[in-house]
Amino acid sequence: MNALAQHLPALQVVVPMLVAPLVVLLRPRGLAWAACTAASLLAFAIAVQLVQVVLDGDTANYLMGSWPAPYGIELEIDPLSALLLLIVTGASVLALVGGRENLDRQIEVGRQPYFYAAWLLALAGLSGIVVAADAFNVFVFMEISSLASYVLIAGGPDRRALPSVFKYLIMGTIGATFYLIGVGLIYMMTGTLNLADMELRIHEVADQRPILAAAGFITVGLALKAAIFPLHVWLPNAYTYAPHMVTAFLAACSTKVSLYVLLRFDFFVFQGNLAGHAFQFAVYLMPLAILGILVGSAVAMFERNLKRLLAFSSVAQIGYIMLGASLVTVAGLTAGIVHIFNHALAKGALFLAVAAFATVAAGLRLDDLRGIARRMPWTFAAFVVAGLSLIGIPGTAGFVSKWYLISAAMEFGTLGLPLVAIILVSSLMAVVYVWRIVEAACFASPTAEPTSGAGVSPALVAVLWLAATANIVFGLAPGLPLALSAEAATELLDHLP
Amino acid sequence: MELLGLYNYWVFAILLMIGFYAVIAKRNLVKKLIGLSLFQAAVFLLYITMGKVDGGTAPIFPEAGAVVFSNPLPQVLILTAIVVGISTTALGLGIVVRVKEEYGSIEEHEIQEIDER
Repeated sequence: MNALAQHLPALQVVVPMLVAPLVVLLRPRGLAWAACTAASLLAFAIAVQLVQVVLDGDTANYLMGSWPAPYGIELEIDPLSALLLLIVTGASVLALVGGRENLDRQIEVGRQPYFYAAWLLALAGLSGIVVAADAFNVFVFMEISSLASYVLIAGGPDRRALPSVFKYLIMGTIGATFYLIGVGLIYMMTGTLNLADMELRIHEVADQRPILAAAGFITVGLALKAAIFPLHVWLPNAYTYAPHMVTAFLAACSTKVSLYVLLRFDFFVFQGNLAGHAFQFAVYLMPLAILGILVGSAVAMFERNLKRLLAFSSVAQIGYIMLGASLVTVAGLTAGIVHIFNHALAKGALFLAVAAFATVAAGLRLDDLRGIARRMPWTFAAFVVAGLSLIGIPGTAGFVSKWYLISAAMEFGTLGLPLVAIILVSSLMAVVYVWRIVEAACFASPTAEPTSGAGVSPALVAVLWLAATANIVFGLAPGLPLALSAEAATELLDHLP
Repeated sequence: MELLGLYNYWVFAILLMIGFYAVIAKRNLVKKLIGLSLFQAAVFLLYITMGKVDGGTAPIFPEAGAVVFSNPLPQVLILTAIVVGISTTALGLGIVVRVKEEYGSIEEHEIQEIDER
């Protein structure tokens, strides 16, 4: 058992990646789903183990093939990556366990084995980005996860997914190639790909201009992947037309993993080495974060399609995370990182509820959802709980991150006051767009009779309530994510000169 | 003279921009993919150029004495990136075929018009 425990960082990636080709062979109905879910559960169990290791104060390092670090490939689990692993694997498990009926309806039976194989590859790629401590490995895993998620998004019955996924493919590839150029420039100057080694070697570089160019390429490339305003244009359509369960899975974790790499590079590698980097990071990204928050929320207020509304709200929430990071203080980074976790909880639950509505309602425009609260009160109650968490009502997970974000902004005294005002205004905007859904669902009279007799599967309701309860539990007792985020933030800022 | 000596990097930058321009300006989905391939090929050139050492040979263990050899690692890295590039292009072309089946067109503005109808 102890021998196996050593290999957990590698198994985190290897398990889903090895099960993926096997899943393709599982023709009998339901078997592919079962294998995919089992692999996801196993990955989740490994992630929980790794979180345990990190909470004990260790970082789990793993040397691939036992080659020592700067020469061989290293995997590293620190508090930040442990938190991300928990989100990625957790989202996959919830979406798969709750989503069986839903996916059966949206994906043709014959293509299901391929679909689930792509799902596992996306899971393997996303976990790979998080565990890798090597810049080129991050690129390869990023492309594995992106290619697999293009397949997932295009896998649904809605043909509008195809042009949206093409756009996503173009923009995603440009982002990844920018990242590759940046890594190449750093390699050219330092001769290393290991992130920790890179940080030390950049000190020795006399001419810093290529490093500065690399920082620009990497930041912009990853901002594209992470859908930071104004590079978010691929996100709303991709989320809207994807199969519902894919949206629940990817909305909870995919952009956050890119944000993780961005934080890793900008704080870990560049921060201590480039003169004035902290200032530049704040000056460039804070206005974008603020614009993202305001524009995303404003568009969501007027959007008529439920999934698009939630997608634009995601753009705003990514803004919150970046706002926290761009303060470049321990408090700000803690707030940003804890919001990565809390937003994943809230958005995951909301999109699971959307999947449940989709089985009963005729469509997902707000007009189609009239009176849905009366037809499915339990599902809608869970939706409201997650919605309250999105707004940041006290007692929910969303409140915790907003509280930390506001107190981080207050540290700046009068300069921080406009930021507090912006956070409050955008929270009010969130109240408006969540209320529009509640109003349509509870108070408007239904226009049409239910179109499908099929009810929502009990598994989906159970998973949905699990996610909604998690929003409350982590709102009242935010110990675990806060401990990990605070530790991650201190570690990231350790590298300041 | 020094600027001319860096002509590999010039080709990298020019090729990169040609590809980027095609991706942004062309409305035909296949032409966009061609641009994307050019864009990626430019980066391959960057990596291979940086590994080259003047007068260096292949990094094979020498029988006698020290030999100057080129850095093989960037070439290995770029081999991986080429595979990634091919997969991306293949998937992109696959999506274009599906778009053609569903919409009967691969012109971006025509697809947009059909969706808005």
